[in-house]
Order: sequence, then C-alpha cells, then structure tokens
Amino acid sequence: MFKLEARPQPSKLMSLASPLLALALTVLIGVLLFLILGKDPLRGLQIFFVEPLKNLYALSELSIKATPLILIALGLAVCLRANVFNIGAEGQYILGALAAGWVAMQAGPATAWMGRGIVVPILLAGVLGGMAWAAIVALLRDRFNANEILVSLMLVYVADQLLGYLVNGPWMDPDGHNFPQSITFLAVTRVPKIVTGLRAHIGVFVALGAVALLWVFMFRTYRGFALQVGGMAPAAARYAGFSSRSALWTALLLSGGMAGLAGGLEAAGPLGQLTPYIPAGYGFAAIIVAYVGRLHPLGIVFSGILMSLFYIGGELAQTRLGLPKSLTGVFQGLLLFTLLACDTLIAYRMTWAPKLASARYPPGGPSASSPAKPVLRREA
Amino acid sequence: MLRLELNGISKQYPAVRANDRVGLKVRPGEIHAVLGENGAGKSTMMKIIYGAVQPDEGRILWNGQAVSIRSPAQARALGISMVYQHFSLFDTLTAAENVWLGLDKAMTLPQVTQRIGEVAHSYGLDVDAQRPVHTLSVGERQRVEIVRALLTEPQLLILDEPTSVLTPQAVDKLFITLRQLSERGCSILYISHKLDEIRALCHHCTVLRGGKVTGEVDPRLETNAGLSRLMIGAEPPPLQHRPSRAGAAVLDVRALSLVRQDPFGADLHAVSFSVRAGEIVGVAGVSGNGQQELMAALSGEDPRAAPGSITLGGTDIARSGPRERRALGLHFVPEERLGRGAVPLLSLAQNTLLTRTETVSRAGWIATGRVQRLAEDLIARFQVRAGGAGASAKSLSGGNLQKFIVGREIAAQPKLLIVSQPTWGVDVGAAAQIHGELLALRDAGCALLVVSEELDELFEISDRLLVIAKGRLSPSVPTAQASTQQIGEWMSGLWDGAGLVEP
Amino acid sequence: MESFALLLAATLNAGTVLAIAGLGLLINERAGVVNLGAEGLMLIAAIAGFATAVHTGSDTLALLAGALAGGLMAAVFGWLVIWLNTNQVATGLALSLFGSGFSAFVGIGYVSEKLGKRPDFHIPVLGDLPFIGPALFRQHPMVYIAIAMTVGLGWFLYRSRAGLVLRAIGESPESAHALGYPVRRIRLAAAVAGGALCGVAGAYISVVYTPLWVEGMVAGKGWIALALTTFATWRPARLLLGAYLFGGVTMLQFHLQGEGVHVATQFLTMLPYVATIAVLVLISSNINFIKINMPASLGKPFFPGA
Repeated sequence: MFKLEARPQPSKLMSLASPLLALALTVLIGVLLFLILGKDPLRGLQIFFVEPLKNLYALSELSIKATPLILIALGLAVCLRANVFNIGAEGQYILGALAAGWVAMQAGPATAWMGRGIVVPILLAGVLGGMAWAAIVALLRDRFNANEILVSLMLVYVADQLLGYLVNGPWMDPDGHNFPQSITFLAVTRVPKIVTGLRAHIGVFVALGAVALLWVFMFRTYRGFALQVGGMAPAAARYAGFSSRSALWTALLLSGGMAGLAGGLEAAGPLGQLTPYIPAGYGFAAIIVAYVGRLHPLGIVFSGILMSLFYIGGELAQTRLGLPKSLTGVFQGLLLFTLLACDTLIAYRMTWAPKLASARYPPGGPSASSPAKPVLRREA
Repeated sequence: MLRLELNGISKQYPAVRANDRVGLKVRPGEIHAVLGENGAGKSTMMKIIYGAVQPDEGRILWNGQAVSIRSPAQARALGISMVYQHFSLFDTLTAAENVWLGLDKAMTLPQVTQRIGEVAHSYGLDVDAQRPVHTLSVGERQRVEIVRALLTEPQLLILDEPTSVLTPQAVDKLFITLRQLSERGCSILYISHKLDEIRALCHHCTVLRGGKVTGEVDPRLETNAGLSRLMIGAEPPPLQHRPSRAGAAVLDVRALSLVRQDPFGADLHAVSFSVRAGEIVGVAGVSGNGQQELMAALSGEDPRAAPGSITLGGTDIARSGPRERRALGLHFVPEERLGRGAVPLLSLAQNTLLTRTETVSRAGWIATGRVQRLAEDLIARFQVRAGGAGASAKSLSGGNLQKFIVGREIAAQPKLLIVSQPTWGVDVGAAAQIHGELLALRDAGCALLVVSEELDELFEISDRLLVIAKGRLSPSVPTAQASTQQIGEWMSGLWDGAGLVEP
Repeated sequence: MESFALLLAATLNAGTVLAIAGLGLLINERAGVVNLGAEGLMLIAAIAGFATAVHTGSDTLALLAGALAGGLMAAVFGWLVIWLNTNQVATGLALSLFGSGFSAFVGIGYVSEKLGKRPDFHIPVLGDLPFIGPALFRQHPMVYIAIAMTVGLGWFLYRSRAGLVLRAIGESPESAHALGYPVRRIRLAAAVAGGALCGVAGAYISVVYTPLWVEGMVAGKGWIALALTTFATWRPARLLLGAYLFGGVTMLQFHLQGEGVHVATQFLTMLPYVATIAVLVLISSNINFIKINMPASLGKPFFPGA
C-alpha cells in the first residue's frame, strides 16, 4: 500500500511542481463537476482558460481583476512569511476604497489646479486607509496579545457595515434616487487608462512595480530577512535580536497599505463610485493567490493571473452556461485544498511498500508460547 | 534462557543505516549497558525493542520465543518498560494522572495512587502523587517516570541516559534502586555514554559504533581507555592545556535578580560573578535550575535585568538587546542548534546573517556574494562536513552544525563568548575539536563562560567553576581544587550560606 | 416584563447556536487541532440541513444532515492536517473559503424556498409558570440539549479517563505517542466529533433560528465560536456562559432596532463583531493565564516516529 516517507531534504522540484499539480487536480475535479451538472466539460474548460485570454479586450479585463489580487497578495506574502495571519485584508481593502473615495468626492473647482494629479492623493489616501485599519489589528496584538486572525476578520464585518452606513447615509448621492451609492466621481479623479477604449488602467504598472520592490525587500534587505526568520523560527529571531514587535507592525502596515491601495484603485478606477458591492472578495482570494504563488513575488504574478481566470470564467459561465457565479468560489477553495495536499510531497515521498510479512510468531501464534511470568510479585 | 535476544537487526533510514545487523543478549536480572557515542544507533535499537519502530530485518527473541513488537503497547504487554531521556510527562496533569495514563490495566485513579505509594516506598523513591508535574524538579520527574515504569511490573526496564539530569549524589541513589530491581529478577538495559557509571553499575556491556556492534564485554574488567577504544575506535585525543593567564574582568554580573517569564520556569536570585579575559569559567548545574534564564539575561534575549546588574568591559548592557551586545563583543552559542542557533530550512550562508552583519550595508542591503564567502570560510576553517554553503542547516549532523555555529561566533573575534551545552548530542570527534577551539580562543585572550550539564566537560576545560542551583549561584572555586563530590553537593544547593533544601 | 422574558428566551436561543458550535470547537482544540474552517463548515451544513428540511419536512433529519455534512468536511480537514500535516491555519482557511463558495453554489436553487410552519415548543406545567415559563421552558429541544452537552463534556474532560487521554494528547502528542496511544486516530475522532457539532449548529441556523437560506447566512458565527473557545479558556461551562452573553448582545441589537433607537442600523449590526474583539482583548491580555490553560500543542503539527 502507499506510504509516506520523509525526504532527507525538501524537494525543490516539488516546490515548483506542486502548484501545477494542484491546478491539474482542480481542473480534473472541475471537469467532473461540469459532467455532473450536465454541461459540456470542454466548453467549460474553454470558458475558463481560453476565452479570458483570447483578445486585447479580454486581457484588459483580466488585468483589472489581476491588479488588486496581485497587490493584496504581495502584502499578504510578507505577512504569511512572518507568520502574521492577516485574514482581514478584505476589510483593509474596503477602508482603502472609502478613504480614496472620500478624497475623490472632494474634487471640484477648488482642486482643479491639480488636474489629473489628484489621483496621487486619492491613491495615497487609499494606502493610509488600509494601513489605519490594519494598525488596529497590530495594536491589539501588540498590546493585548489578541489573535490577529479573529480580530482582522471581525474588522471585515465592521468595515462592511461601515460602508453600508456611509453609502446609505451621509455619503449617499442626493440625486441617486435613494439608491445606496455615493456620487459618481468626476472624470478627473479616475485612475488613468492605459489605452482609450479598454478598461485597463495604470494600476497594472503599479502592481508590477510593487512586485519588483517586494522582491528586493524580501530577498535583499536585512529587514525582510529578519521578518522571515521571525516566521520560520521565532526563537532564532529572538537570538539574533530581531524585534518581533517591529516585524508585526511592518507586516501588518505593509499588507494593510497594499490592500488599501488595491481598494483605492478599484474605487477610483473601474468603479468610479462607492457602492455596497465594493467588497468583491479580493481580500480572501488574495490569500489563495499568495499561497499558490508560493509566497514569492514572481509566483504571485502567475497565480494572480490564474485566479483572475477563475473570476472571469465564473462570470462567463453564468452568462453562457447558466451556472451560478459562485462556481468561482468553489474552484478557488478547491485550488487551495489541492495545493495544501500536494505540498505534502515537498517534504514527503510517496512509496509503494508491500505489507511486511508478519510471520514472526512460531506456528500456533503468540498464545502457543507460555505466558510471561510477572517477576515483581512477591512470593507468598 | 536469555530474557531478550536481538539477532541480525537492521534499520535503514533515508540518509543513514542506523542499525547494521546488530545483536544483543540480555540475561534475567542482568544490568546490561549499551554504550556508544551520539549517532551510534543506540536510540534506534531501543525504539525497536520498545516497539516504536520496526526493524527492516532480523529477529527478536523474548524469553526464548520469537516475537514481533509492533507498538509500545505490545512491548508493555510483554513486560518491557522504558524510561525516556526526555520525559514523556504531561506538565499540567498530576503525577498520579501521568502514571495512570501510562498503564494499560483497568485500574481506577485512586487505586493507581495507592499503588504508587506502595511501589515508591518499596524502592525508596520519594514521589508526591498529587502534585502537578510542572511543579516538580527534574530529578523528581524522573522518579515519576521510573515509578510509572515499575507499576507495569516489567521484566525488562530500559533507561535512556538517566543520569544526565542528576547530581552525583542522586546518581548513587538511582544505582541503589536499580540494583534492587536487578536482584528481584528484572533485567535492565542501561543506555549511556558515561564510562565511569557503566563500569560501576553494569554487569555486561554491548558497544555500538556507526550502527554496528564493536564489542560485548564485562565493563567491570575493562578500563575507560579500553571502552573508549571500542566506542570511538581510538583513544580520545588529549587536549592541549596551558595554564590560564587571566587578565581584567570582561563580564561583571552584580546581584542579578529576575522573575520568571515562563510560568514553568525558574527565578534568578542575586546572581553575582565575573569572567576575566583569558579564562574559562564553567557553570555546572542540573537542568531547570535557572541556566536558561541566566543565558537569556546575558545574551540579551531577556532585556529586563536591572540597570547596572550586567556590565561588559565597563559598559552597562543590562537593558541592551542581542545586537547591541554583539556590537560590544559579546557572542553567544545557545544550547538549541536547530530553531535557535540556526534556522533549519535556511542555508548555512543565510544562517550567518543571524549574528554576523558585516556583510550587510548600513542601509540594510545584503551582499549575497560576501555572505556566501563568509560561510565558505567558516566551513573550511572549522572542518564542517556539509554540502556547501548552500546546504540547509537541517541537513547537517548535530556535530557539524554545532561546529558551524560555534565557529561562526568564534570567528567574530569576540571579547566574551558564552556557550551553553557546547557538546550536547555531538560525536566525540567534533566534541574534542570544539573543546580545542574554545581553549585556543581563551589562550588568545578572550573571556569564556561555559554552561554545561556534563561535569566531565567542565572539569576538562574550565579554569574556575561555579554551580547554579534553584536560581542562585555558588561561590567560585578553581577547578584544580574542586572535587566531583563537592560540586555534586553544591548542585543540590548545599554550599555554605545558600540556605537551600535539597531538591 | 413580558418582553423581557421574551428577550431572555431569544438570548438562550441565539446563544445555543454559538454554544453548540463552540463546544464542538472545544473538543477539537482540546486535542490540539484548530479548525479555522468552522465558518465554511457551518455554511455547508446549513444548506445541507435546509435542503433536507425542504425535501423531507423533518427538522430532526435536517439537523442530522447538518451533523453528517459537518463531520464529513471535518474528516477531510482532519485527514489533511493530521495525516498529511498541512498547515492548520491555511487548511482551515481553505475550508472556509471553499465552504462559502460551495454552499452558495449548491444553495442557488433554495433561495426562495420556505419551510412549513415552525412547531411551537412548550414544556407542560413548567412552560406555564409566570415569567420563567416563557423565558426558559418554551424552547426548541436543542437549547436543553446544549446545556446537557455542556455538563456532559465537562464530566468527560475532567472525570473520565478518555477525557484525560484527550487532554494529554492536546498537551503533548509526542508523549502520548510514546505511551502508545493512537494519537492521530484520536485527534481525527475529535475533529470529526467537533465538526459534527458545528454542523448541527449550522443546520440549526437555517432550519430553526431563521428558517430560510441566504448565501453567507452564518454571518461570522463560526468565527465568533472560535473566539469563544479562547474566551472560555477551553472550559465547557465558561463557553456556555460566553455563548449566552453573545446571544444577549445579538438580541440587544435587535431589541434596540425594534425600539427605534436613534443609531444607524449598521452600527447595531456591528455589535456582535465589536463585542468579539473586546472579549478577545480582555481575555488574551493575561498571557500567562492563557499559557497555563491552552492545550500546548494547539495548531502545531505532530510527526509520529520523528
């Protein structure tokens, strides 16, 4: 039967192959799912993997989804390498959108002198908004040892309610026919597009720049090194003199800022206003992007694109095959599951071990021999 | 008829052949030593006997019958009981509950408690069954382990390095208990690398080296040198000793008192001592008496000491972190290699960055080329057997990783080097090399503080000795004037003016 | 007075969901396994329970279906983290994300379904007593079962040998393994039992508490239940108390909304989540207290034969 045997050294090959294996397994399960649902699996595969890539328009749509995913995942990668589990990136994303949106709503004749440059303070506000929300998590963990997973998650629910309050109340568009939404932002505040006619915006370049910067941070700076040691071996980090406090704040502020930036780009970019539909689950999907990308900036680019394929595929599946959009969520979850299972192969090897011959007892079995006499009972 | 016989037992692990057709013969009532240095295959052999591991080939005979021991429960059913080196006790449960968990019989807790009292009395072991284990000293915990083993009425009792946590006086007491057991017919397998103890206690001895049996002798008829030759293939290399020329005090500790941070730890009480340049000060003591806490306070991992209580070359470092202390010339080798002295999954090159920051620029930029070269230099200079500077720390043997870590700190040319358990789990060859390096460092004028649970080691390399017991430090005594007996008494806290009770 | 009695009754009802899920998680964590997938697991159980109720009309079967779904998901989770030793946090998150997507996917067809008239529960004699009758004795049987479970679990953990073994495994699986206990099997059993209980809680939400199906209707109760185990320092009685406290907070929110209090509804909806944060802060700040009470091996992988 199959047995798992520890490898003497973790396998570098499997480290790279595991995400691909996981993807293959997910696709396999996906095909089965399509068959069960009575849909053509080949059509399904085409919708998920071919359609979103087939022309410039499709690629532009892909980039719009990939940008926030990559940005948030980059920040999360730093966090996860430091063993800080910022699960509430979605909340920081919302706060980023809110902060950026507020600045955008201030645009008017008074700010006309900035021209398109107003985008900078807008995005900066997004970063600060996300950072502030993440700072709450850092503070509560630093001062009160409160578990950051639960705190950051609770704050997602709070952020969601906050958004609802604002777009239903003080920030509601007076000319919006009582719909819960803010005013549509002025054109000057919108994040510049790369090419007119397509929706893709410069956020793509921001994301790529972030990839480079974070690679340098992780692998060439002492700070980045210290953060990772803290995540891998906390006692070694203490021995080296790395401050776990500093690691906590750096990780959370960095990922909060990235999530906030993503939120700002969404709000001032494709959305152009604040609505209750801002939380699209990017904060959670980014967790999967981070893990599938092996917590490495380059890997995250690929897994970010992959996750975007799932998103767009899910939307297309709804319009073309009549399947619910939540299919996306199913595949995303499956991908992470299969990745975790396949990752086992990095540290372990699958071997075929025939059952050991159990003929060690003399004929007749163990009861055939005289029972062992207890030695320590005192003779009467 | 033999109680236990092993024939042609082999066990292969991915990287190493731990047991290579080994054999063992144990008679009823015999105290049988299994001698070997670290990595010789003793624990694997014991795990096979105890059912935790299955052999790849070979036969096991129990009281003349061939058996297959598939689990510890089966071993216990046969009458084999084991007392581990690192106890398998549950801290938050009481001694009685711990013993109860170790028994397969359907006894109630009150019945077990009563039996504990009977057995403890019968063997003169002092055990309070109702105390939670985390309140017990290490010696007391071992007694709980032994009582637990005894309650299973074993025919074979296996003890794995039992004296590493005992004072010399406690060792004598243990030997009395073991001889009692053997007289009542129980066989004992005594695993150790301590030659004096084996020669004093055991009737027979099987020696392992590199997974093979190199000899079966009566230790009472052997000399230490003879056993050593069987164990490592040669006599241990003699150390070069030069008389110490101690200079000015480098480290000054005055009335250092600290409340424990870990609820299961020890407090420090008014610890005072100094270490001078060009001398090695050894700190003896049974584990759990404050060594960890003292090390953390000295290395900077615990920066809560009162200002002025720790000075290095005149500078107050009581509140400084490890990096500031290193900048002033204080380097430290911790007792845990993997996870504290080095990060297991990182390469040797990356592991230099933990304490050697010469390769990092002011702005924090890591010069990877220089890091690589530093690691390669260390590997060459300290004869570390590794797959290059890119090999992961985890892939090295205990001895080689220790050589690397000690080397990393020595090569930093410290003014003060603190080492905790320098040769724990290290093979004899590497241990000798490390001792040599420490002595050379001291001759070059460095001040050294060595904390160890191995008295032999401290007697061999220290110029002065101190003993730590219950968080207090004894007065110092030159090694030449100290005796094992005296140090043993001090390890129980019995130096003049200490006012402590024996643990 | 009447409305206060009803408030009390509603608190017990609301608290019961958290109590049952919390007790399940407590069993898990006592064995050293932390299941962050509770939220996703409860969502899957909720739709399983609701669908069963729609098709069979039986509440009991629905709760059973929830238990089954929860146990199954917990078994998959358990296999991954206990046998393959995958990271417990990441795997739990995967389960939560998967559960939320999968339940939404399967539940699409049930969004506008309604269950039959909900039965009224009324204990004879006791239920007619003034004030405490409507307050305490007109509850769904699950409320009383939750209380019984708390007592039972307390007895199990602290007075039975099996409970001692479980606690020992949670503290040091290595030592338990050395003593010969089948650590992995016991941990898996704990995970599945815990998952089944969370599943019951999930089905209770969609079948009894608010009998309908909406995507994401567990609304964070799985996460709150996780916080509760820490708040209760892994003791059943304290967990029940905490659950009722939270039930109270939730009810307070509805009560205030009903009373027309001049606070935006969203701030009231925030109450349980903010309360969770407050509770975590309060209990976690005493590090040593947590250290002594927390199962020491919680979240850490276990390698037999290492």
